[in-house]
Amino acid sequence: MSKYTPHTEQEIAQMCAKVGVNSLDELYADIPNEIVNPTINIGEGASQFEVYAHIKSLADKNKCYSAVLRGAGIYDHLIPPVVTSLASREEFVTAYTPYQPEISQGILQSIFEYQTQMCMLTGMDVSNASVYDGAVAMAEAIVMCCERKNRAIITGKVNPQYIQVAKTYCYAHEIELIIVQDKDGLVDIDKTTHMIDDQVACVVAQCPNYVGLIEDMASIGQMTSSKGVKFVYVFNPISASILPTPAEVNADVAVGEGQCLGLPMCYGGATLGIMTSTKAMSRRLPGRIVGQTTDNRGNRCFVLTLQAREQHIRREKALSSICSNQAHNALRASIYLNCVGKVGLVQIAQQCIDKSHYLAQQLCKSGGKLKYKGEFFDEFMLEGGINTVERLKEQDILGGLPVDNDTLWCVTEKPTKSVLDCVVEQYKEAK
Amino acid sequence: MSIRFLKTHEWLNGNKVGISNYAQDQLGDIVYVSLPQVGDKVYAGKSFCEVESVKAVSEVNSPVTGTVVAVNEALNDKPEFINSNPYDAWIIEVEIESEGELLSQADYDKLIA
Repeated sequence: MSKYTPHTEQEIAQMCAKVGVNSLDELYADIPNEIVNPTINIGEGASQFEVYAHIKSLADKNKCYSAVLRGAGIYDHLIPPVVTSLASREEFVTAYTPYQPEISQGILQSIFEYQTQMCMLTGMDVSNASVYDGAVAMAEAIVMCCERKNRAIITGKVNPQYIQVAKTYCYAHEIELIIVQDKDGLVDIDKTTHMIDDQVACVVAQCPNYVGLIEDMASIGQMTSSKGVKFVYVFNPISASILPTPAEVNADVAVGEGQCLGLPMCYGGATLGIMTSTKAMSRRLPGRIVGQTTDNRGNRCFVLTLQAREQHIRREKALSSICSNQAHNALRASIYLNCVGKVGLVQIAQQCIDKSHYLAQQLCKSGGKLKYKGEFFDEFMLEGGINTVERLKEQDILGGLPVDNDTLWCVTEKPTKSVLDCVVEQYKEAK
Repeated sequence: MSIRFLKTHEWLNGNKVGISNYAQDQLGDIVYVSLPQVGDKVYAGKSFCEVESVKAVSEVNSPVTGTVVAVNEALNDKPEFINSNPYDAWIIEVEIESEGELLSQADYDKLIA
């Protein structure tokens, strides 16, 4: 039997007796029948098999490639089956947003563990319970930084979709957004430094950046510290396991997209916006934060903390209108990280590097040329290659993302060597 | 000049500004004060900082118009000082240009009675 049957027959009978009715129908007798049982225009009923067939015919319209060599924000990593299995447990899928939070210790504990893992990954002091996606996380981070100043700099190759969301946020918050062009695919630190005046609140940079390159975040962090502005680090959770952490390079806020942590890529992903910050900025961190404390019997327990700055208390003066978190996606990320472990995550990152560099090398040997010279993680920009992407469709492989006349390729730990060799073959033939 | 009050429960004593005993009692345990910076302009009747208690975040209004010349950094580490000693726990010191509508101690006591 379900664990969530709200009332037993016996309890219903007791309650009816208490208010002096014989049945639930009698209790609702005053409500017109067309409200209780409205006519809903959804057609006649169908059998289970008919419904399956109909849904399958719709699902078959999707094109699911056998291999994916495209990233640009959403990544095709292996998802251990235990992630879906555990996350599908009844207690997890029925848990609702904690409006009466402390009664739901289980969901609070799962969020607390997720937050702990995000802090371990980034080295930052505090994590919130998550926001919608990486783009929202970056935009909220900018708003966090603009406490007494109203200008923000986005520098280098930051995901253009994130910049779009940031523009919308900044428009509404009357923050002036300055975009500093990259230099050879990387942050132009000199140019960025010159753009900083006394109204600039923060500098935002992404690593690995949108074209896959690993930025010199340490130098950017040094520069922002010396200039007295905040540093927003947009990170990738997989590469974060091997690169210096955002905390190590003086980031004030570290945000990222958590889809790569055990979430599928359905229509651009079930997304997860990761937001972490220093303790000094914790009161400006939007959304829910779960804290650990002890109850009146001295037992470990969990509570929503720092709620006083949130929308339901501060109303229009709240820092953010974000109240929601992606609790179920955060749970999946947490299970994923528990499943692969510290060592496993580093191995995944290493495989991403090995395989993507293998493909890049093979393409270069076959006459290809990378657009940028910098070090990359698991994505690289190939000059041209659009014909190859077209040809690969016939091989049931989703090739790189066309960006102007070039293509942005991503190789995670997932594609096999034969898939990568097939790409090279098609590239040679397309030439 | 003796202590005087805004209707919104802030006090002015000399050049120093804080919140009243009544205000701290209503707020409950104060956990954080977002202090302004020296050099900031404040305006009579307008908010210049926020005080966060376990129950709520509240705006603190300035009794005067002027420029902040000192902030009580000690409140960063001990915000609860406002609860224990509301009339010693000043938040800012202001170079005063003009005053807002201030009540005497007697009138303020009547207001909160």
